[in-house]
Amino acid sequence: MKFFTEENLELAHEIIGRYPKPRSAMIPLLHLAQEQEGWVNDDAMTEIAELLGTTSAEVLGTCSFYEMFKRKPVGKYVINICTTMSCALMGAGDLMKHAESRLGLKSGGSTPDGLFTLEGAECQAACTEAPCLQVNYRHQYRVTPDQFDQLVEDLASSDSDIPKHGVLSQIRQHIPEDKFVGSTPPEDVVSAPVWLNEDGGRE
Amino acid sequence: MSESTPSEISVTINGVQVEAEPGEMLIAAADRAGVHIPRFCYHERMSPVGMCRMCLVDVDTGRGPMLQPSCMVPVADGMSVNTESEDTKRAQEGILEFLLVNHPLDCPVCDKGGECPLQDQTMAYGPGESRFVEEKRHYEKPIPISDLVHLDRERCILCDRCTRFADEVAGDPLIHFTERGNATQVLTFPDEPFSSYFSGNTVQICPVGALTAAPYRFKARPWDLEQVESTCTTCSMGCRVAVESSRNELVRYLGVDVESVNHGWLCDKGRFNFESTNSSHRITTPLTRDNDDPRQLLGSDWGSALALAAEAIQQAGPGRVGLIGGSRLTNEDAYAWSKFAKSVLGTDNVDAQLGDGLSAEVVLALPLATIAEACNADTVLVVGPDIKEELAILHLRLRGAATKGQTKVVEIGSTPTGIEPYAHRSIRCAPGESAKALSELLASDDPLAAQLKQGSLVVVIGRASLAESEEPTLSLAASIRAELPHATFLPALRRGNVRGALDMGLAPGILPGRTRLDQPSPALSANWNTVPTTKGLNTTEMLRAAASGDLDTLILVGADPLSDFPDRNLAAEAIQKVKTLIAVDTFITDSVAQADVVLPATAYGEQGGTTTNIEGRISRLTQKITATGSARDDWMIATELAWRLGGDLRLGSKEEIWREIEQVAPSHSGVTLERVESSEAHEGILVQRSSIELDLPAPGTPPVADGYGLRLVSGRKLWDAATTTTYSPSLQPLAEAAALRVHPNDLQRLGISSGTDVRVISTRSTEIITAIADDSIERGTAMLPFNQPGGGANRFIDAAAMVNDIRIETV
Ligand code: SF4
Ligand code: SF4
Ligand code: FES
Ligand code: FES
Repeated sequence: MKFFTEENLELAHEIIGRYPKPRSAMIPLLHLAQEQEGWVNDDAMTEIAELLGTTSAEVLGTCSFYEMFKRKPVGKYVINICTTMSCALMGAGDLMKHAESRLGLKSGGSTPDGLFTLEGAECQAACTEAPCLQVNYRHQYRVTPDQFDQLVEDLASSDSDIPKHGVLSQIRQHIPEDKFVGSTPPEDVVSAPVWLNEDGGRE
Repeated sequence: MSESTPSEISVTINGVQVEAEPGEMLIAAADRAGVHIPRFCYHERMSPVGMCRMCLVDVDTGRGPMLQPSCMVPVADGMSVNTESEDTKRAQEGILEFLLVNHPLDCPVCDKGGECPLQDQTMAYGPGESRFVEEKRHYEKPIPISDLVHLDRERCILCDRCTRFADEVAGDPLIHFTERGNATQVLTFPDEPFSSYFSGNTVQICPVGALTAAPYRFKARPWDLEQVESTCTTCSMGCRVAVESSRNELVRYLGVDVESVNHGWLCDKGRFNFESTNSSHRITTPLTRDNDDPRQLLGSDWGSALALAAEAIQQAGPGRVGLIGGSRLTNEDAYAWSKFAKSVLGTDNVDAQLGDGLSAEVVLALPLATIAEACNADTVLVVGPDIKEELAILHLRLRGAATKGQTKVVEIGSTPTGIEPYAHRSIRCAPGESAKALSELLASDDPLAAQLKQGSLVVVIGRASLAESEEPTLSLAASIRAELPHATFLPALRRGNVRGALDMGLAPGILPGRTRLDQPSPALSANWNTVPTTKGLNTTEMLRAAASGDLDTLILVGADPLSDFPDRNLAAEAIQKVKTLIAVDTFITDSVAQADVVLPATAYGEQGGTTTNIEGRISRLTQKITATGSARDDWMIATELAWRLGGDLRLGSKEEIWREIEQVAPSHSGVTLERVESSEAHEGILVQRSSIELDLPAPGTPPVADGYGLRLVSGRKLWDAATTTTYSPSLQPLAEAAALRVHPNDLQRLGISSGTDVRVISTRSTEIITAIADDSIERGTAMLPFNQPGGGANRFIDAAAMVNDIRIETV
């Protein structure tokens, strides 16, 4: 069964074209699949394998290596509460308990309406702002139980600019064709790197 | 570190100076120096990955000793290595303790127990005790990852050997590490089994009992096994194997690493078809027709069966008898039959090939290349059968050369093949027109033309399609000889010892030792009663003669023309017409079932001798078990028959036969019995001499297709209805049912949807077959595998036609 929408399929081909070897596009395509469906299902992996000229097993190998690729359906919003040291000392345990009772589930579960998935996570590199959590990998700092409830309400009423799970960025990256890897062999690149301005300083 | 030229690299291992090659890994240098470093993931035929860390040793490059994985560290001049230091020992203990953390230690019920590197190395280098008291990880035990291989993830130590093999060597990355950290496991994609033609190799190289082979599971314990080195004769590649038996039953083959041939690998067909030798369907006693009910074959005894056979041969006389087959035999057996026919019967109507190969004169006269030369050539041109299907390990070797970038593989053919994914170029041509395609290429300014003309070139040549006569292939050979005179050849012929059979003279016009009838060696003239003076008939001609009543007796030596000859109708007519059909075989094949006298022969594993592979390499076959029932070696049967016909082959044992071959066959002179029995035969003894001059016919052109028909292409698949596959219970289900593949547009034009049954009409037959749309097939072409269960392509093929067309209709 085909997985990608026509639009995404076109995008997939564009992404593949950026690399000298199609296989290099595996992770970008897994992201594209996750963006489309919120998670990566078997059909997606099979189609990616076909597009890249490899086997589904190889795609599964890569996909399953990364915890952030979900191979089971998740809610529109995945909430990761940090449970590592700093956050734990600052009340992450209580926050988790509160979140579980507020959402009516256990860590790792999803709400039946398909809106929320709750997970415990390792350090999110925001230890000074403990306890913290992420919604679809967007940070929320020093979260109190009340703030958590507010957050859930906002998300449920779509009063939030956080995109659904799987969307990496609101802006789609577009790379001009002459910047595709492999289009100019490195030894032929004579111009200055693009991030240098004319006087040689940083832009 | 100093700059070093090749000869200058010298490392000290445990105080002993060792010379090493630049780029060589430390572990390999140590191996050569006789110092064993324990290892799990390192395998000399695959790239190093440093997964298991078992090979840590103290390496000092001037900055003091440091633990480094010896499989990942290339030798450097002046390196000093200690594989027995305190640190090394502690590292080894630590690594083994780690590896055993999750290992179930179910050795008593594990197939690997007794020959397990984990067991052995734990005994030799392990700490003796574990500090791990927690729960080990648990998985369902074992899960089938294909029809032939089972995976026990609890036992897996994640060495990456199987997955590396699948990706790097086989090119079938259908198993892969999934998940991460403690959850890492080898898996296939759901519902996509590890159905690789080479899957059995992973079982052999798995350093633990995580991968087990269905045909061997719980069959034997390693200490019950007896082992001999032999050669696989399933196809003509000649892979070296270790044949293992337990209680006089074959239970396992292992690949043996031979540099010039198989690099230790086997295909699954060669690895697992030992089951057929053990089959209860084997012919165990001579059979003859029941006088009361001629439809029945009845058990008989050797005396009466041989007498009947001899009488029929006698009555027919030399002009009206023919012998077909012999390429499943050892060289010695082939020689005995050759001498029987040519010297005792005085007939030259003998042919080891079944109309599906190349004329013996051509095969024996083409300048031969070795497999190694092919893998080192600038270009390999494949114009023959699908190598992956018919010479599976040659496919691995060529693929290896192509992926390393040292060789460009170019193919010319009319249907997709297993080579395509790694070929530098796949040139498609209409069936029968490969010579034209090549000439066009060479006349063009395509850079490939220059590459073919200048660089070293090996041509793998054979009959790509059995729906074509030999002519197009011979035309191609002729144009290659004319336009690319520097090319050497590897003939891709069908059936195990076909090359040896031709060398032994089992072909019309040929005498043992690659000589023509009119050039017998003095030793041969002295030894043989007579030598036929006129060239006899090949298989096609014999069948034709039989069908028109010009042959009275046909002897089939391990041959099944009804299944293997391209034209079943002709074979059937011939078999029906001959007065007496004598079959010497191991199973009741379609043709054997029609025989009047059936003589049971010994099978693979039950007979010793030698065999010769496609490049002319002679290696040993070793007997491992006793013969089934009263089956006899072919040479004995030939000798007995000769005796009854008043002749004496004067052959008393395989050894004696080899001595005679060495004397009478000019090409084999010097290849003494002593050499054949020495360790030289492990690598094989290459025989490339030939006294036959190459004489190729002028090219012809195939007729133009009529526009309504589809031109038929037919090759063999690895898994088909071949006898040894059919009688191997583990392999038999792998053969797909016959299906005709046609381009979707051609099907649409006829209003046929993919997957439905169609009526296939040729000049020879009309049958119902499932048609499948396949856009990798050229328009105007139809592909039907030659011998799948449920119907072979041979029903549609007219052996007299240069190409064969079929028409399809809705049912
Ligand atoms: S299954 Fe065997 S060969 Fe494969 S990774 Fe595990 S231990 Fe290694
Ligand atoms: S490639 Fe041929 S010779 Fe080698 S294992 Fe397979 S069948 Fe046997
Ligand atoms: S411990 Fe929670 S962000 Fe670092
Ligand atoms: S053998 Fe060297 S790391 Fe495994």
